[in-house]
Amino acid sequence: MKATLKSEWRKVTTTKLWWVLALVMFAYMAFLGAVLGFSFVQSPEQASASAGGGGGMSGLEAAQATYTIGASLGYVFPLIAGALAMTGEFRHQTITPSLLFQPKRSVLLGAKLLVNLAMGLLYGIVGTLGAIAGGAPLLGTIGEGLYLGNGEVLGNIFFSVIALAIWAVIGVGLGTFLPNQVAAIVVILAFTQFVEPILRVGLAAGGDAADIAALSDAAKFLPGAAAEALAGTSFYAASGLDLLARWAGALVLVGYAAGFALIGRFTTLRKDVT
Amino acid sequence: MQGSAIQISGLTKNFGGVRAVDTLSFSVEPGVVTGFLGPNGAGKTTTLRMLLGLVEADAGTATIGGHKYVDIERPASTVGAALEAASFHPGRTALDHLRVHAPLVGVSDKTCGEVLDHVGLGAAADRKVGGFSLGMRQRLGLATTLLGDPGVLVLDEPANGLDPEGIVWLRGFLRHLAHDEGRTVLVSSHVLGEVQATVDNVVVIAGGRLVHESPLEELVAMAASKVKVVTPDADGFVRLAQERGWEFETVSGGLTVMGASPAEVGAAAHAEHLEIHGLAGEGMGLEEVFLRLTDPRRGEEAA
Ligand SMILES: Nc1ncnc2c1ncn2[C@@H]1O[C@H](COP(=O)(O)OP(=O)(O)OP(=O)(O)O)[C@@H](O)[C@H]1O
Ligand SMILES: [Mg+2]
Repeated sequence: MKATLKSEWRKVTTTKLWWVLALVMFAYMAFLGAVLGFSFVQSPEQASASAGGGGGMSGLEAAQATYTIGASLGYVFPLIAGALAMTGEFRHQTITPSLLFQPKRSVLLGAKLLVNLAMGLLYGIVGTLGAIAGGAPLLGTIGEGLYLGNGEVLGNIFFSVIALAIWAVIGVGLGTFLPNQVAAIVVILAFTQFVEPILRVGLAAGGDAADIAALSDAAKFLPGAAAEALAGTSFYAASGLDLLARWAGALVLVGYAAGFALIGRFTTLRKDVT
Repeated sequence: MQGSAIQISGLTKNFGGVRAVDTLSFSVEPGVVTGFLGPNGAGKTTTLRMLLGLVEADAGTATIGGHKYVDIERPASTVGAALEAASFHPGRTALDHLRVHAPLVGVSDKTCGEVLDHVGLGAAADRKVGGFSLGMRQRLGLATTLLGDPGVLVLDEPANGLDPEGIVWLRGFLRHLAHDEGRTVLVSSHVLGEVQATVDNVVVIAGGRLVHESPLEELVAMAASKVKVVTPDADGFVRLAQERGWEFETVSGGLTVMGASPAEVGAAAHAEHLEIHGLAGEGMGLEEVFLRLTDPRRGEEAA
């Protein structure tokens, strides 16, 4: 297993994808952090209102939302990185030499999941640093401080990084389940940018309106909602969307990762490699 | 470095309705270069992929030294295999390509560099594979197989894309690995001429079935045994050929006899007092033998 981990680690680090993605993620998160910070500075009331909610947002909440923007809006990066780690093997047919050197397919998959968990941590740290770098200077001008010494905020930051790391593992599972690279990327972009946001708002609103608790509850089990529950703050929270408890969010998120990986193991990785 | 024997027995694989490999059995011995030949679509790659555990056989077994590939501890240290010229990430350098796999055969970065030197890619070690020519990819594929210093080498069409110089080099290299170092070398090709000067034994398949397995000399002997007879007494020779069980074709001025040497035909004609105006051995050419062996109509005749 150690040798396989080393091999997988080298697979990730010997092409430039990882640092290009990390760089773009840092820049994007810094941009979003700055935009969010700016909106809080400009008009705290309006900012929270435009996010859909009614009540004003405290400086603490503003800091929490800004610093964990990665878990809310940046998870597409580790997700894509993880997926490409597997789909790339099929796209470039490197799966053939990979399986010649490690014919135990579960070991190969396990090593890829673990290595991408580590890469996910890196994306999590880089993305969160980006959000802080972009948002903190502006938040500092509100006068309430940066909250970077605040235990609760630090906890949010820590769990936001963990959530982003698990997203990378979900990516590997998804890539195993959907080894066609183009299909995997289309599904990821469509789901994260379009389907899930609409579902979350739609299910919750529909459930509330029709007074069907099961519908609103279902929204909490979507992977993006579970990741926000793990991070402990929500970009959508201000719009009145509920989240699971932190531990439950973590379980649901890990469940997605394990589920996809298992399905992939017993579909794609059981097939002939021709 | 004594290689292990490869044993294929009763191997069968269907892809949907297509029978790609059909109850195929043959063995490959160490110390010699074995050519695995067959026209396009004959089932060579599928057979090799089953041998290497990449494709699951519907029936039969394929073993190396008595073990299935997946059951071998550190398999790439026992068997080095190259299947496709294109199995590389274009953004990775040649050296990094080897470094990715190195941990699984327990070799250092230094060894990776040496193996690249060995196949003539030393100067391109830090270049990205995306810019490599087909021949360079073949060399990198070969380097990958050699990484774990395996006793058994399985190469699918390794001469594809090599320049004449490269082919001569590969020939010497493979013969050295088998003859001087005692390794087992199995090389597939769809052109006999390409490996004719390299291989000691041949395994010929067509339509997924074994059609010929022998030392190369036997194939050469089959090729040499075509005799053109010029005679006014064609009927007499037809009778003679039928008696002796030789294949023949009547041509203008006489006939062509297959399956006998000029000396045999001459002696038989003398014994039967048949008049001969000309007698000439006409090497069929190995390629012709190969074409006859793998001719799809052959199987129908036999059936
Ligand atoms: N994944 C697959 N799905 C369907 N049919 C396949 C698959 N792989 C191979 N085949 C079929 O199996 C047969 C044998 O193919 P194979 O690639 O083993 O031949 P080959 O001898 O290697 O040919 P070539 O000289 O062209 O490389 C062919 O009819 C091919 O179409
Ligand atoms: Mg082939």
